[in-house]
Amino acid sequence: MADLSCDFVGISSPNPFWLASAPPTDKEYNVRRAYEAGWGGVVWKTLGEAGPPVVNVNGPRYGAIWGADRRLLGLNNIELITDRPLEVNLREIKAVKRDWPDRALVVSLMVPCTEEAWKAILPLVEETGADGVELNFGCPHGMSERGMGSAVGQVPDYIEMVTRWVKQASRMPCIVKLTPNITDIRKPAEAAKRGGADAVSLINTVNSITAVDLDLFAPEPTIDGKGAHGGLCGPAVKPIALNMVAEIARSPETRGLPISGIGGVTTWRDAAEFLALGAGNVQVCTAAMTYGFKVVQEMTRGLSEYLDSKEIGLGDLIGRAVPNVSDWQHLNLNAVSKARIDPDLCISCGRCYAACEDTSHQAIAMLPGRVFEVKDEDCVACNLCVNVCPVESCITMVRLPAGAVDPRTRLQVSADRADWTRHPNNPMAQQAAE
Amino acid sequence: MDARQLAEGIRPGRLDRAVIEAGFADLHPPLSAHEAQVAADRCYFCHDAPCITACPTGIDVPLFVRQISTGQPEAAARTILEQNILGGMCARVCPTETLCEQACVREAAEGRPVEIGRLQRHATDRIMARNAHPFDRAAPTGKRVAVVGAGPAGLACAHRLALNGHEVTLFDARPKLGGLNEYGIAAYKSPENFAAREVDWLLGIGGITLRPGMALGRDLTLDDLRAGHDAVFLGLGLGGVNALGVEGDHREGVLDAVGFIADLRQAEDLSRLSVGRDVVVIGGGMTAIDVAVQAKLLGALNVTVVYRRSQARMGASRFEQDLAQSKGVRILCNAVPVAVHGNGAVREVEFEFADDALQPTGTRIRLAADQVFRAIGQTLTGDALPDLTGGRIAVDGQGRSSLPGVWAGGDCASGGTDLTVTAVAQGRDAADAIHTSLMG
Repeated sequence: MADLSCDFVGISSPNPFWLASAPPTDKEYNVRRAYEAGWGGVVWKTLGEAGPPVVNVNGPRYGAIWGADRRLLGLNNIELITDRPLEVNLREIKAVKRDWPDRALVVSLMVPCTEEAWKAILPLVEETGADGVELNFGCPHGMSERGMGSAVGQVPDYIEMVTRWVKQASRMPCIVKLTPNITDIRKPAEAAKRGGADAVSLINTVNSITAVDLDLFAPEPTIDGKGAHGGLCGPAVKPIALNMVAEIARSPETRGLPISGIGGVTTWRDAAEFLALGAGNVQVCTAAMTYGFKVVQEMTRGLSEYLDSKEIGLGDLIGRAVPNVSDWQHLNLNAVSKARIDPDLCISCGRCYAACEDTSHQAIAMLPGRVFEVKDEDCVACNLCVNVCPVESCITMVRLPAGAVDPRTRLQVSADRADWTRHPNNPMAQQAAE
Repeated sequence: MDARQLAEGIRPGRLDRAVIEAGFADLHPPLSAHEAQVAADRCYFCHDAPCITACPTGIDVPLFVRQISTGQPEAAARTILEQNILGGMCARVCPTETLCEQACVREAAEGRPVEIGRLQRHATDRIMARNAHPFDRAAPTGKRVAVVGAGPAGLACAHRLALNGHEVTLFDARPKLGGLNEYGIAAYKSPENFAAREVDWLLGIGGITLRPGMALGRDLTLDDLRAGHDAVFLGLGLGGVNALGVEGDHREGVLDAVGFIADLRQAEDLSRLSVGRDVVVIGGGMTAIDVAVQAKLLGALNVTVVYRRSQARMGASRFEQDLAQSKGVRILCNAVPVAVHGNGAVREVEFEFADDALQPTGTRIRLAADQVFRAIGQTLTGDALPDLTGGRIAVDGQGRSSLPGVWAGGDCASGGTDLTVTAVAQGRDAADAIHTSLMG
C-alpha cells in the first residue's frame, strides 16, 4: 500500500484527506469521530470573534440538486460560521488536538476586517496547539453582508492586507481560503501570496439558488416565504474547482504556492485529479455530509491502490498534470480523431444518434436493426456521442495515424504539431509571418 | 396436508377463503411513488425508442416515463391514454416481457428492463383514482355508429368514435361490458373489479349508448345494424371453443377453460367455486396457464398443463410459464391427447408423446384427472358475417371488412395476435378509419 502521509505547509497528516471547514467540523464530537473513521485532518468550522455568537436561521439551511436515482449532485447552504461560543470551540480544539497529535487540525477564522480583531483571536487559537489557521474569505452568504467572508475575498487588496496582519501576528501556518465568486481566481491568489500566505485553499462555495418552490414562488431553501442565495458545493462544482486550482498552479505569478484543493471531492478519483492539477491535499465536505465519515475509507484505499498501480508516490502525483494544462491556442490542430462505436458494447439506445443528428454534425448513421455507425466524412470528433452514451467505453475517440487521410477534410494527417498561433486563418499569425 | 385438498372429485372449499383470496391478490402490486421514481430514473429516453415500436398501440414510453420522473404522473397517463384508452388494463395484462420490456435497451444492457408495465400502471392508476376522464368530446357530427362487442377492441373503437363526436351504440351479448377483460383475464391480473371500473371510467367520454344483453344473430342482425347506422364495427371476439376431438371429450368433468374462467371472474366467493383434485389442462397458450394457475390457487392438488409441442413453442410467454411453475403447476410437453377415460365422469386422460412435428412416438401416458380443461383455442361463431379468412373476419390494415360500412377488429378479425393490446390498437385504428370515411 502506498504511503499517503503528507506534509502540507509544515502540517503533517497520515493522508491528504481533510474535512473542510463546514458543519461536519463544528464540534469535538464530530471531529473525534472523523479521526476515528480515518480522516487525515480537519479544518475546524469557522470561528468568529469573542462575544455573542452568530445566530442561524431556524428553518431549512440547505438546498440541493439531484441526478438520477436522487443522487445528490450539489448542496447549497445558508449556514453561517459557528454559532457556538468561541471559548467552547477553543476548549474543544485543544482537547482534540491533545488526543490526536498525528492528525492535522487547522482552525478556520473569520473576524471583522480590522487588525485588532485578527490580533485578538490569533493568540487564542495558537494557545490550543492547533496546527494552523485558514482565513475564511470565501463564504458568499450572510457573513458577506457584514463585510466578511467573500466580501473580503472579492477584493484582492483586502486579502493581502488581512493575510499580512495574520502573518505578522502569528507563527502559525496561514492558509487563505478563496471564493470562486470572482472573475479571475489568479488575482486573489496573487494577493494572498503577496500578503505572505503559506497556501491557498479553494474553492469555497459558489453563489447559487438551487431551486424555486413553484407553489410559493420563492427560492429554496425557503424560510417563511423568502429565500436568500446560498453557497453551492458538491460534485456539481468540481469542474469549476479543478479549473481554478489549475489556473493557480500554472500561473507564473503563483506557481509553487501550495494549494489545498476543495470542491466536490467524492471519490479517490476526484482527489487524484485535484492532486494531479497541483493541489497538495484535498478538503472534503459534501461527500461526508451525504454518506457519513466512513466515506474516507474508500478515498484512502482507492488513492493508495491507484498510486500502487502507477508505481508512483503521492509526491509524484502532485502537480503531474499541470504541464499539460495549456491554452486553446496551443492545442495541436493536426491531432485528428474519429468516434468509434463498439458494436459489442452498444445497447442501441440511439442517444448518440439523436445528439449528433439534432445538435451536432449529422455524423452518425442509424442503420437497419438499430445499428449505429460513425460517418468519418462528417465526424469532427466533438466527443458529444461519448458524453451522452450510457455505456462507458462503448464510444471512444480514436486518433488517425499520421499519413492517413481524414475523409472529412480529404487532407493527409500530418505528423507535425500545428496550432492556432501558426494557422493561416489567424490574422496574428499572418502578421508575424510578414 | 389438509383432508379437503386430498378429497377426490370436483368440490368447493379446498382451501380456506382467506388463503384463496390471498392467492388471488394483485400479481404485480402497484409501485409506490418512491419505487416509481427509482424505476423511471432508469429510462434512457432512447432515440426512436424500441419500446414504442414494440407496443402494438405505439405508446410513447420514453415520454411518459420521463413525465413520471419529473413529477407529473397524470400527464404521463394522458400520454399513455392518447394511444391506448385501455392503458390501465394493458398495464396489468400485457405480456410486457415479450413486448416493450423485451425491446428495452436496458434488457440488452443488464438483463433488467425498465419496468414499463408497472410504471404505466402507476400513471394510469393516478388518473383513474380521481375518476377523471382526461379527454373532451368533439362537437357532435350527427353520425351514428354501431359497435358490436364491448371487449377491448369494441371499447377502444367506441371511445375513439365518441371522442370524435359520433353517436355510438355499444352492444354486447353479455350482461356486463368488458369482454375478456371482464370475463376472460386471470383474476389476479384484474383484482378489485378493475375491468368494470375501467369501463365506467372510459364511458366518461360521453356519447356512448349501452345495449348489453344484445347478441348478434340472436337479438340483432347485421343488416338491421347497417340499415340503422352510418357504420358498424364488429368486435365480437371468439364465441366458440375448440373440442379435443378425441374419444371421451364429452365426459363429465371435461370443461372449456374460458367458461371456467368466466365463472371464476364473476364469483362472489371463490371458496364456493368447485375445482378438481387432479386437474389436467390441455393447451399451451395464455388461457391454459390462466386456468391452471387459478385451479391451483383454488386448492387443486395436482395441476398439469399438457402441451402437444415443446415448451419453447408454447403460446404462453416465458414469464407466464415461470409463474405457473412457481405456483406448483406442472408443464408436460410433447404430449398429444388421445382419449379421455372414465365411467361417466373423467378418471384419466391418455396422451401419446410426439415430436415437434407432431409425429407420434408410440409411447403413451395416462394422467389421473377428475377435471379437464380444454384450452386449445377458440373459434368465431355466427352467420351472415362478412367474408372470412382463416376462420376470422377478413379485414384490411384499417379494419375494413368485405361489406361496405362494416369494420372489424380484435380476436374476431384477421391479422391480430390475440392480445388485449392488439385488440385495442385494431379498435382504435378502425375508429379512425371510420371517422375518415364518415367525414371525408
